[in-house]
Amino acid sequence: MQWEIVIGLEVHTQLSTRSKIFSGASTAYGAPPNTQACVIDLALPGVLPVLNKGAVERAIKLGLSVGAKINSPSIFARKNYFYPDLPKGYQISQYELPVVQGGSIQIQVDGVEKNIRLTRAHLEEDAGKSLHEDFHGMSGIDLNRAGTPLLEIVSEPDMRSSAEAVAYAKTLHALVRWIGICDGNMQEGSFRCDANVSVRPRGMEKLGTRCEIKNLNSFRFLEKAIDFEARRQIEILEDGGTIRQETRLYDANKDETRTMRTKEDANDYRYFPDPDLLPLEIPQHWIDRIKHTLPELPQVRRDRYVSEFALSAYDASALTSSRETADYFEATVTQLPAQAKLCANWIMGEISGQLNKEGIEIAACPINPEQLAALLARISDGTISGKAAKTVFESMWNGELDKNVDAIIAAKGLKQISDDSAIEKLVDQVLAANAQQVADYRNGKEKAFNSLIGQIMKATQGKANPAQVNAMLKKKLAE
Amino acid sequence: MTLTVNDVKRIADLAYIEINESEAKETLIQLSGIFNLIETMQAVDASTVEPMSHAQSVVQRLREDEVTETDQRELCQSIAPQVEAGLYLVPQVIE
Repeated sequence: MQWEIVIGLEVHTQLSTRSKIFSGASTAYGAPPNTQACVIDLALPGVLPVLNKGAVERAIKLGLSVGAKINSPSIFARKNYFYPDLPKGYQISQYELPVVQGGSIQIQVDGVEKNIRLTRAHLEEDAGKSLHEDFHGMSGIDLNRAGTPLLEIVSEPDMRSSAEAVAYAKTLHALVRWIGICDGNMQEGSFRCDANVSVRPRGMEKLGTRCEIKNLNSFRFLEKAIDFEARRQIEILEDGGTIRQETRLYDANKDETRTMRTKEDANDYRYFPDPDLLPLEIPQHWIDRIKHTLPELPQVRRDRYVSEFALSAYDASALTSSRETADYFEATVTQLPAQAKLCANWIMGEISGQLNKEGIEIAACPINPEQLAALLARISDGTISGKAAKTVFESMWNGELDKNVDAIIAAKGLKQISDDSAIEKLVDQVLAANAQQVADYRNGKEKAFNSLIGQIMKATQGKANPAQVNAMLKKKLAE
Repeated sequence: MTLTVNDVKRIADLAYIEINESEAKETLIQLSGIFNLIETMQAVDASTVEPMSHAQSVVQRLREDEVTETDQRELCQSIAPQVEAGLYLVPQVIE
């Protein structure tokens, strides 16, 4: 039987506010335990939550970026469950009337565009952290993270493969960083995915029973967990079994998912509106003001790069993978408007390769867009070859000669020989010294041609303009 | 809706409340009374009434996103039964 995999994702993004969602404690990562947990985060009696405007603003930004409806009023609810790192005994979240409702995100898989609908995005507070080791049979609780603002972004079950799920997660990850609402740091847990996975016979309308895989904190784990889970469900169904609705955990070491709790053991969260928080009104003028502060969105820029610079959809996507990369590209191409493709190639090739190698972000790139443009200008005006440009690039990267392109070219003697008479003289010399190969070529041995080119390039240490050498050699051999 | 003693025990279990047989029976009577009350209220046609999320018709006041709290760990932990290495210690719970 042909099976179809159906995936929906819930993504928890940690919002980049300075203070917590309901208290004035700091959200900075990595502070000593409980030094950023104030009386509100500890849920001491008599304290009241006051909503952080910055958190609401970030939720609205996301809503506007995905074409969603912004609900006003929007309501906060208590989600009740018992766990020691949740001191109130409930998490303040949203149930009915979340801030963001609907919307969609465009993804690309193997060059094919697909629209993934969003169900909703709601604000909530994060819980603290439990440490189970080394406390003589007790658990240690750190409440620094308690009350950190989260935006949970829920998709419709619109994805049909792990590749689509990863593409969606990556697009969303790029978007939240692009609009500046989340730092996207997956190691620090700022962007965590839960995947709802089910399978059904291809062509069937009705959804299969789903399992939820919790806390996938890398794109690779997301992909592997979905692939494993889909295989597991298909095997059960093909053996005549049924799927039990449950929450599962992915074990990266064993590359498998296993039961965390079944539906029967699931908490009834007993959601109800939080009487400590009043309905949140979001006036239109506030939404309009936020709309004006939004940067040009990645999708829009991508389309513009295709139409304005005639780049391929693939190049345009790669350049808009982050706002910093896109800004770097634009700053470069402004200096060299006719050479967009050359700029794109170098940014995605040399620059990105070197950044990856050294593990730094493009914002910290030692070569700025003006300097890169100066280098590329020397390729396009024929002063240096592409190969020599790589040598110059290396010198610039290492900060030689104040990263001055022309000074480096001069100091290293990399200027390309493009003078026709000089090239003719070179070709004549090489032909005279290699009579045997010339004879071979004329007798039909094509390989001899490349060997002659090699000799000429070697004689000039690679500085001769390859296109001119090629043309000149052909002309001479035809004589 | 008719509640059974088993339902009461399950609710108690979910709520982490320890309950014995006679308490369960007593609770069943009380809970059933509450359910009857709810049934009476559900007979009212409320389809045209907008659900109320708060008793007062005022809106949420917002805070500027600023850090206003300083580190009060020592003070807060002075009333905690057990602390170690800056952490609050609690009986071990592993989900």
